[in-house]
Amino acid sequence: MNVEKLNLTLKIWRQKSINTPGSFVEYKISVSPDSSFLEMLDDLNNDLESKNLEPVAFESDCREGICGTCDLVIQGQPHGPVPKIATCQLHMRNFRDGETIWVEPFRAKAFPIIKDLIVDRTALDKIQQAGGFISVNTGSVPDGNAIPIPKDHAGLSMDAAACIGCGACVAACKNASAMLFVSAKVSQFALLPQGQPERYQRVQAMVKVMDELGFGSCSNTYACEAECPKGISVKNIARMNRDYLMAKVKAE
Amino acid sequence: MSWFTKALNSSIGKKFVMALTGICLILFLIIHMVNNLTLFAGPELFNTVVKNLDGIKPLIRVIEVILASIFILHIFNGVKLWLENKKARPEPYAVNGSSKNSTLLSRTMIWSGSVVFIFLVIHLRTMWISFNFGEAHHSDHKYYEFVAKSFSDPVYSVFYIVAMIILGFHLNHGFQSAFQTFGWNNTKYFPIVEKVGFFYAWIMALLFAAIPVYFLFFYGGNV
Repeated sequence: MNVEKLNLTLKIWRQKSINTPGSFVEYKISVSPDSSFLEMLDDLNNDLESKNLEPVAFESDCREGICGTCDLVIQGQPHGPVPKIATCQLHMRNFRDGETIWVEPFRAKAFPIIKDLIVDRTALDKIQQAGGFISVNTGSVPDGNAIPIPKDHAGLSMDAAACIGCGACVAACKNASAMLFVSAKVSQFALLPQGQPERYQRVQAMVKVMDELGFGSCSNTYACEAECPKGISVKNIARMNRDYLMAKVKAE
Repeated sequence: MSWFTKALNSSIGKKFVMALTGICLILFLIIHMVNNLTLFAGPELFNTVVKNLDGIKPLIRVIEVILASIFILHIFNGVKLWLENKKARPEPYAVNGSSKNSTLLSRTMIWSGSVVFIFLVIHLRTMWISFNFGEAHHSDHKYYEFVAKSFSDPVYSVFYIVAMIILGFHLNHGFQSAFQTFGWNNTKYFPIVEKVGFFYAWIMALLFAAIPVYFLFFYGGNV
C-alpha cells in the first residue's frame, strides 16, 4: 500500500553541552505516518550524519513504554499530545501534514540539560536512594500468601509501582515539582505490610531530599496526573501528605 | 531550627500552612456572610447587629488580631511559595502546553489571590476604618446608611463585584486543594468535597457580589 508521507517542520532544541546556551534549530522532514516519533528522529539523525552534521542527541532504551528513558516535551506536553503513553509509543499519525512540531527537553532546575534533548535525571535516583526501598534480609523464598494483603491495597500498591520514573510529572508541573514521582515511590510501600516498619522514616527522608534538590512545591493543578504515561493518580500525593503529617504528629 | 519550624518549612509543610489558613479564612467568610445578609433586611437590623458587635469591642479586637495573623500567614506563605516555585524552572518552555493538562484557575492562584489582596486593602481602608474610627463610627450608628452611600459610587461597586467573582475562582480551586493537601483525597468522598467546594465558592461570591448590585441597581443609593 502506498502511504502518503507527512511533510513536517521540526523545531528542535540544540545545546552543545551542560553550560552552553541552546537554541531551536529548524529541520524539514518527510515521514511515514506509521513511523514512531523516535524512528522519525532516527531518520533525521541518519540524514544529518550522511551530511557530516552533528546528530540530535536524545535518550531512548526499550522503546515499548516501560523503561522511562525517553523524555521529550512535544508541542509543550511531556511525551507529546496523546495521554498515557511515553514518547517512544507516540506515532506520527497523530500529527497533520504541514504541521510544525516543537521538540524540547524536560525543563527543571533539578534536571540540567546535558546535551540537546538529554537531561540529567540523577535527582530522581537520589530521592529513591533516600528511602525508596525496604530493608529486609533476603533469605529463602517465602511461602505464598504467608502475609495476608487486602486485594484493594495490593491493587493500589501495584498502581503506584507502575511509575517508570521518567520525570514527566516534573516536566509537566508549572512548579517543576517531583511530588507525583515521590508519592508513587512512597505509596507502593506504604500500602503493603512489608513497607510498614520504615513507613514514616521513608516519607520524611524522601521529602527532605526532594526539597534539597530544588524541585518546586505542589500547587494541586494535577497537570502531572494528566501527563503521566502510566496514569499515576494524584491520590498518591494525598497519601504522601497524610503520611508526612502523621510522621510529624507521631514525632517519628 | 527546631523540628517544628523545619517541618513547616518543608514543601509539604508550606502547603499545609496554606491549606490550614485557607480553611480558617473559608470559615471566616461564612461568618462575614451571615453578618452581611442582615443588610438585605434593612437599616434597623444591620445597625443593631453592628452596634451590638461594637459593644463587645475588646473581644472583637482579639479576634481581629488572630484573623490578621491568619491572613498574613496565608499571603506571606503564598508569595514565598510562588517565588520558590518560579526558581524551580529557570528556563521556560517555548511552547506552553499547560492549558491541555490543567485548568486556568488552578494555575493562577497567585493572581486571583493578588486581586483579592488588593480588594482586601481597599475594603479595610474604606469599610473597616470607617466602621471603627471614621465616618460611620461617629454617625450615631448609621452604618447601613454609610454602606448604601459607599455603594452608590458605580466605580466602587463594580470593583467590588469583579473582586468577588475573582474570589469565587480562588475559593473554587482553594477548597478542594486544601483537602488534597491534608491528604483527605479518597475515591469515595473527594467528588463530594469538589462539589461542596464549587457550591461554597460560588454561593459566597454571588452573595457578596449581590450587596453592591443591590445598592447600585435596586436600592439606587437613595438614603
